[in-house]
This record gives sequence, C-alpha cells and structure tokens, in this order.
Amino acid sequence: MTPDFSRNHFELLGLPVAFSVDAAALDRAFRDLQGQVHPDRFASASEAERRVAMQWAARANEAYRTLRNPIDRARYLLGLKGFDTAEESNTAMPPDFLMQQMEWREAVEEGRARHDAAALERLRGEIEAARADMHALLARALGGERNYDAGCSLVRKLRFLDKIEAEIDEAVETIHETRA
Amino acid sequence: MALLQISEPGEAPEPHQRRLAVGIDLGTTHSLVATVRSGASECLPDEKGRVLLPSIVRYAADGAVEVGYDAQDRAADDPANTIVSVKRFMGRGVADVAKYGALPYRFVDAPGMVGIETAAGLRSPVQVSAEILRTLRVRAEASLGGELAGAVVTVPAYFDDSQRQATKDAARIAGLNVLRLLNEPTAAAIAYGLDNASEGTFAVFDLGGGTFDISILKLTRGVFEVLATSGDSALGGDDFDQAIAVHWRVTHGLADASGRDTRRLLGAARAVKERLSEAENADAPVTLSWGQQLQLGLTRREFEEITAPLIQKTLGPTRKALRDAGLSVAQVDGVVLVGGATRMPHLQRAVREFFRREPLVNLDPEQVVALGAATQANVLAGNRKAGDDWLLLDVIPLSLGLETMGGLVEKVIPRNSTIPVARAQEFTTFKDGQTAMAIHVVQGERELVSDCRSLARFELRGIPAMVAGAARIAVTFQVDADGLLSVSAREKTSGVAASVVVKPSYGLTDDEVTQMLRDGFDHAQDDRDARALAEQRVEAEGLLAAIRAALAQDGDLLAPGERAALEAGLASLDAARRGTDHRALKSAVEALNRLSEPFAARRMDRSVQRALAGRRVDEVPVK
Repeated sequence: MTPDFSRNHFELLGLPVAFSVDAAALDRAFRDLQGQVHPDRFASASEAERRVAMQWAARANEAYRTLRNPIDRARYLLGLKGFDTAEESNTAMPPDFLMQQMEWREAVEEGRARHDAAALERLRGEIEAARADMHALLARALGGERNYDAGCSLVRKLRFLDKIEAEIDEAVETIHETRA
Repeated sequence: MALLQISEPGEAPEPHQRRLAVGIDLGTTHSLVATVRSGASECLPDEKGRVLLPSIVRYAADGAVEVGYDAQDRAADDPANTIVSVKRFMGRGVADVAKYGALPYRFVDAPGMVGIETAAGLRSPVQVSAEILRTLRVRAEASLGGELAGAVVTVPAYFDDSQRQATKDAARIAGLNVLRLLNEPTAAAIAYGLDNASEGTFAVFDLGGGTFDISILKLTRGVFEVLATSGDSALGGDDFDQAIAVHWRVTHGLADASGRDTRRLLGAARAVKERLSEAENADAPVTLSWGQQLQLGLTRREFEEITAPLIQKTLGPTRKALRDAGLSVAQVDGVVLVGGATRMPHLQRAVREFFRREPLVNLDPEQVVALGAATQANVLAGNRKAGDDWLLLDVIPLSLGLETMGGLVEKVIPRNSTIPVARAQEFTTFKDGQTAMAIHVVQGERELVSDCRSLARFELRGIPAMVAGAARIAVTFQVDADGLLSVSAREKTSGVAASVVVKPSYGLTDDEVTQMLRDGFDHAQDDRDARALAEQRVEAEGLLAAIRAALAQDGDLLAPGERAALEAGLASLDAARRGTDHRALKSAVEALNRLSEPFAARRMDRSVQRALAGRRVDEVPVK
C-alpha cells in the first residue's frame, strides 16, 4: 500500500507555489516534516510503520532537494504548469548566448592548459554572476509575467552553466593533482 | 538474538522501561562497544578493564576461536589462521584484496566475496567480523546484565552497498538486532556536537586503520545534516605500516620474507609508527623465521618522507567533499579529527594547513565513533528523554546507476543524496517483440560500467511483445536509512505486473545467513527450532506492543469495523504466540503486519498534517 502522495512538493512543505522561496522557511518546514516521518522516529515500530516512514522520508527528501535548488525548482514548477523544459531534446540557443558559451569554454581550456587556478576561479565568479542574473529573470518569468516559454529557455541556459562549472571543477582538480 | 522486554499480556510496555542498546564501532584494527548510562555515553571495558578489542580473530586447528588480545598474541606465530584487518575484505573480491600486497592468508575466490581458508575451514569475512561482534555483544550483555534490544553498528561513510550489506549480515550472524548502520564520521559528529552544543559547519576527518572518510556536516539546533561525504575505503593507518615494512624490506634486503615474517615486520612497523608520534626516532627488535635478529629503526623524518604520498591521498577526497557541499575552506567552522591514525603529527599538520585552522581533538579519537553510535542507539531503542529531540540526515557516498547501451552508466541516484531516497527511471525496449530486459545495477562515479562496482544483475521477464521503444519499464531504486539499496522493475503500459526485487550480489540470502547462524551454534534440530520459536515470539511481542500503543494513540483513525478487524488480528497473533510452531507464528506475524498497513499509512498522514499545521499556504495549489 502506497501512502497518499497527492500533495505537490510546495504543498507538502506548506509553501506557496512560486519560484521565489523563503530559504529559511523551506529549511524549517523540511525539518518539521522529517521530525514527524523520519525512520529514526519509528525504529521500534511495526514493520508496516517503518516501511511507511521510509516512503514518507524519501518523499520529503525529494521535495526538499527539488525546491532547494533553483533549476530543479523552476523545472518542477514549469511541470506543474504543464510545460516541459525539454533540456535533452531542445538544444537551440539564442546566438548571443552561443557566443558567450564558446568564450567560456575557451577560457576553461586556456586555464587548464596554463595550470592557472586563479584564472579559473575568476571565471567561476563571472559565471556565478550570470547565474544570479538568470535567477532574477526566472523569478519574473515564472512570477508576474507568467512567461513559461521564457522560463523553459532560462532553465536550459542554467543547465549549461552547471556543465561549465563542472568543467571548471574538473580542471581545478587536475591542477591540484599535478601539483601534489 | 535480540530480546525485547516483555510486559504482562494486554498491557502496553511501561514508557519508562529502558531497553538495553549499544553502539558498536567495528573498526579495521580495533573495535569498541559503548552504551548510554545515567545520561552519558561510555565505552564498556572487558574484564581486564580494556575498552579496545583488537579486530583480530584466530581459528585454531582444534576448532577454538580466539578474538582480540588472545588472537593478537598469536598473530606472529600463526599468521595464516589469524585474521587481521578483516574489515578490508568485507564485500570485496579476490582482485580487490590483491591490491593490499603481501598478506599471509590463503584466499579463496568464493562467489560474491573472497573467502579465507583457515585451520577451521573456509571462512567468509562476514563470519570473521561476526566473531568480533559476538565478542562485543557478550561483553555488553555481561556488563549491562541482560540481553540487548538492539545495536547501532558503524560503517565508513565511504563504504559502498556491498560493504554495508556484508556488515549488516555479520551483525545478524552475531545475534544482534541492527537498529541502524551509522556512518562513522556522522557518529563522531553526534558525540562531538552534543557534547559541545556546537552549531555551524564542521568537517569530520576520519582516518582509521583501513578506511578514510571526510564528511561535511551542518549542525543546527537538533539537526545533524550531512552535506557531503567522500573518502577512500582502502586507505588507513595499515597503509602506513605497510609503507614502513616495504621500506625495511628494501633497506635490509628482506624481499623473500615469508608470511610469518610479513606479520612480524608489520607488527614492528606499527610499534615504530606509534612511537614516532611522540619521539623523533624509534626502533623495534624483530626475529625472522630463519633465526636472524634485526633491530629495525626509523626516524620521524624518514617516516614522513616515505608516507607523504599517503597523506596527499587524503586531500583529493577532502577537496571533493567541500566542492560537493558547495563550500570553501573559509566557510568551515571547525575540523574534528577521528581515528587512531590522526594522532600522527604530519597528518595533523597537513589537515591544519589545508583548513587553515587548528583541528579539534578534545574527544578520544579512538572512542568518539562508538560513543556517538551509543547515543543514536539509545534514541532508536526508544529511550528518548523529553526534549532530546535531535534528527540525523545522512547521505549516500557514491552514485547508483544502471548499465545502458554501449556499456555506459545512467545515474539514477547521485552521490550525496539524502537518505532515505527513492527514484524511478524509465527505460524502453531496443528491439521489436523484445520480452525480457537485462538490468545491471552499478555504483560509482565513472561513466563506463567497467570502471564502476557491479552490485547486481537481474532480468525482467514477461514484457508483452511490442514494437521497439513502446514498452515503458520503470526501474525504481530505493535506499533505506541504513544506506542499503533495493531495486525493482515494472512494465507500466501493459498492466502486466512483472516485478523483481533484488539484493546486491554481495549480500547474503536469508538462507545463507540462517546457515551461518547454525554453524555458529552447533545444536540439534530441536534446539534450532526452539531458537527460531524464541525469535518469532520476540518479534510477535514487539509487534503486538507497537500496534496496541498505536491504537491507544490514534485508534480514532479507524472505523469501528476496521478496528474490530485489527483487534481480531491482535487476538489471533496473541493466540499464535502461545503455540510451539515457529512457522505458524511467523506467518501470523506477517499477516498482522499486512493487516496493519492501512492503519500505519493513516497514522503517518496524521503526522504529516501535524507538521503542516500552523503553516500557511498563500496561493491556491496548482492542479
């Protein structure tokens, strides 16, 4: 028997269904919920209760993980509105963003080739700034503007920023290892 | 065997009745058992007052089994039958243990996990570990004056699924009721955090005898949240001994030294290493098997030079854990050192330089894991005090995934996901009319299946014939609060319920565990039946008490008819537990568990409502 999981992630954590989330309220709601359902609370209970507790705790973890991360939260919210971000199938990007992508990629390669960890960290700062701008745009698109197509496009761009940051991490680690 | 305390029939257990529970640190070189007495965690000593139990088991030809100091004393004379550092072999195959270099054992390539041929016959690392756990159980029961209700057993945070499953199996064979497998750095954080009432972000750097873990935790009032963990499950103090022994072999021309000499060299290396934590140089006498006497020495400077690469090996995982936690060194509020190997001065120096702060060492690095585990065991056994309301949120250390076309890994659950976690991924068929699908479960971070650890393979059969790509096969991964995985697969479009649940291939089947339990107790059939009956009675008593307590608390959730059905179930289990047929009792327990499932689900709904109460929803929910 599967528990009643009909509430969406926002409802489960008692939060308004919106892209802008009060991080402190989210943390508090998650801890309150885990405090009620976590398997550690049921270690001496019947097998049925332990199983239900595990299912609920997994559900709470999933909701928290999704809402805590802006990209996951945006994608989830778009899904609730009936929009698919199509990150795997739709790789079309506006030309200016494509140019930007190429510049960043080249900068990563250059930093890696020159073993220049400081330059890579500067690049990371630049990407973080771009990310903050996109989060602000996302909040508008998914809020008052209700421009969900723009929201989908922003999620795809943010996914790219994640990839580039992973490449920076990898390059920085390679530099550390060759130094060691 | 775990016994719960039993009250008069029809009565709920006294809320103030304490259940005996312990925390066990099953270490590579030493193991400990601890419990909470008068509100404080303490390690339990043996009859000679020693809290450490060397994790060494000797199988003598006459069938006797020695554990701990007795076995340690014989290790040099009887190396092939004296198993040292068995934790390194848990859940590992022959190819894995070969990486440890020269070891004086007769390894056997047993299916799933390496076996060791001893004077007492073939032994699995699981059985060897069970001997250590059993010794600690007996020690605790003698000290506490009763049978244990349960135990929390610690594992390295970086242990993969096979190693965790093997540890849990060992505990079951040792007759322990495992309340939880707990990650060692998390256990240390509990002991440390509760002791110091700390708040903030902490790094727990745990270098034990055979494993290295680094965990980043956020401690906020009453919540221990692991943000990320990393490590190396084959790096520890033992490697420093090995490095010294290798150095001596080269400098003294001992390349041909036998198994017996290997053990002697390693013993001398450990003694020298430990003394070098205090002294600038140290030496130890060694008598080799051909009678040659040597005085083997080392300076601290030489020691630091030959082991510098091992120190470096801890820093890669440390950087990775910080990165996964999304933190910089400057954002870490404290660094806790755990494990005997962190006593080495050059290790402490490396940690200090990396984190740019003085590491915290105010709790005994060898006891802190057991102390934290005992605290958790006390809470899980239900001995919680009012206000003692903390919560532990841990993660899985390595990603879990499936093999897809071309030998590539599709990750289903990424590393550092908070547990418990359940996630489903959809797959489809490759050929027209395909009716079966091979599912291969792997663990690791690499993209190629061949670079990851294979956990399990199974086939989903009975898929209705369709064109390629039309079937919808949902593969569900579920990781429980012990960090253990189960996988199931189901074809969704047809409604044909073809579902399989697998246990990882390194896990033992229930039959194998039962067999090993029997091997440990050389009893007649009647005794075994009596034992099984006693176990089932304990199970039944626990279930009856749990459901009665639930009814007293939330009985209003049931309609009169439902309540009557559940009461009838209680009555019939109550009757069955007076009988002598353990199989009948087992099915009665299972029947009542099934019957109580809807009630359990509704009770949890009520708990969720309670958590939601008082919070507002500003927007109409989207449908």
